Amino acid sequence: MTIGSELRDTARRLLSEGTVELVIGWRRGSRPTAAVPAFVTDPEEAGSLVFDGTCGTNPAVYFTRDRRQYSGRKVGVAVKGCDARAVLQLVMENQVVRDDVVLIGVACPGVLDRRRVALAACGREILELEDRGAEVMLRGAGFETVVRREDVLSDSCRGCPHPDPGSVDLLLGTPRREAASGEERERRVREFEALPPAGRWEATLREYGKCIRCYACRNVCPACYCETCFVDQNDPRWIGGTCEPTDTLIFHLIRNLHVAGRCVECGACARACPTGVDLLLLHRKVAVEVLERFREEAGMDAGARPIMASFREDERQEFIMG
Amino acid sequence: MSAWTPRILAILCNWCSYAGADLAGVSRMQYPPSIRVVRVPCSGRVDPLFILKSLQSGFDGVLVSGCHPGDCHYISGNYVARRRFAVLKPLLDFVGIEPERVQFSWISAGEGERFAKVVAKVTDDVRRLGPAERLVKRT
Repeated sequence: MTIGSELRDTARRLLSEGTVELVIGWRRGSRPTAAVPAFVTDPEEAGSLVFDGTCGTNPAVYFTRDRRQYSGRKVGVAVKGCDARAVLQLVMENQVVRDDVVLIGVACPGVLDRRRVALAACGREILELEDRGAEVMLRGAGFETVVRREDVLSDSCRGCPHPDPGSVDLLLGTPRREAASGEERERRVREFEALPPAGRWEATLREYGKCIRCYACRNVCPACYCETCFVDQNDPRWIGGTCEPTDTLIFHLIRNLHVAGRCVECGACARACPTGVDLLLLHRKVAVEVLERFREEAGMDAGARPIMASFREDERQEFIMG
Repeated sequence: MSAWTPRILAILCNWCSYAGADLAGVSRMQYPPSIRVVRVPCSGRVDPLFILKSLQSGFDGVLVSGCHPGDCHYISGNYVARRRFAVLKPLLDFVGIEPERVQFSWISAGEGERFAKVVAKVTDDVRRLGPAERLVKRT
């Protein structure tokens, strides 16, 4: 039995039992390379739910997008490891009532990067994608190719620290029970750090120079839910709204700091980015720094204190002038 | 180059560092005339956005100073600020902004001399780096 069929059965059961009024998951969209979010209220419709490597959206984002729709309702939500942490982080921040949600954990094999998938198909139009686990089959008009999952995996899933959804109500599929080594997760951060400062600056400008300020990264981020984002605020107007390089970089730096200790590194931002900015690198850097200094990670314990709002008196403060 | 003096924004907390600066002044201590002071209620009030915005607007450096750990007028504002700076500083370094441009210190109301020394040190560091280039908005 695949996780997809388990998910359909579970959603059908939860809805017909009346345990939940709504199940958020994924269904096939118009493109075979990306499943789209699904909102199922009728047990009959549960058959449309799917789960595979194309389910890159983090469904936790919906809880803070339309609060009226979810408050006071029992909602079932299908969650990968990172999605579960995102929901738990929202519970910690009093944005979601834990008892109102049924977390349907799905054992995640890592999601696919649609750009890498497109590359693997050499730009030919993919009409069908079949996620076979270790391999992914791509089929189009006049071609069929099988690629290794590893080669088309999303960056966020390389070195994923917590692939198995934790603190869930139900767990579908076989959990991996082993996380990637911290080394793999930090590899790109360390590589970037090895560049000279001027090189890091040039690379940062080049990368963020691609940004078109569409705010897709912010809009898909479960941790970004300020009622008025600082970039939209006009009084005072903190930063310019155009693609002027320093404005763009400040937007990203501040967004990173706003989600510091709260970002679960799901990579939804990077996958949503229309210009392919490597958004994950900075988020990883911050997460690594937070873990190293404060020995804590986002979304691990809904009962804990928010990391950036707590402190220990004897913390390392070598960055403060002696 | 010799004519150039760094312009540094000093964000000082009302209860300790601002009073420390005041003490340096009334004690007629000499320190470089490179800082422009903004007084904030607490170092916990300092949003990293203030710091980046200052660099973008053309300040060559930013100094943030608050009460020593344990001495915060609001009990824990400086501890929370410290966590924020602990993440901000490596992040700026990571993207290639010179770490010496953004500095933090704890200065109490009684440490006028320390205030003068800190300003001299920050000014010296920033002078060595030269005028800020990287995050400055040019329109």
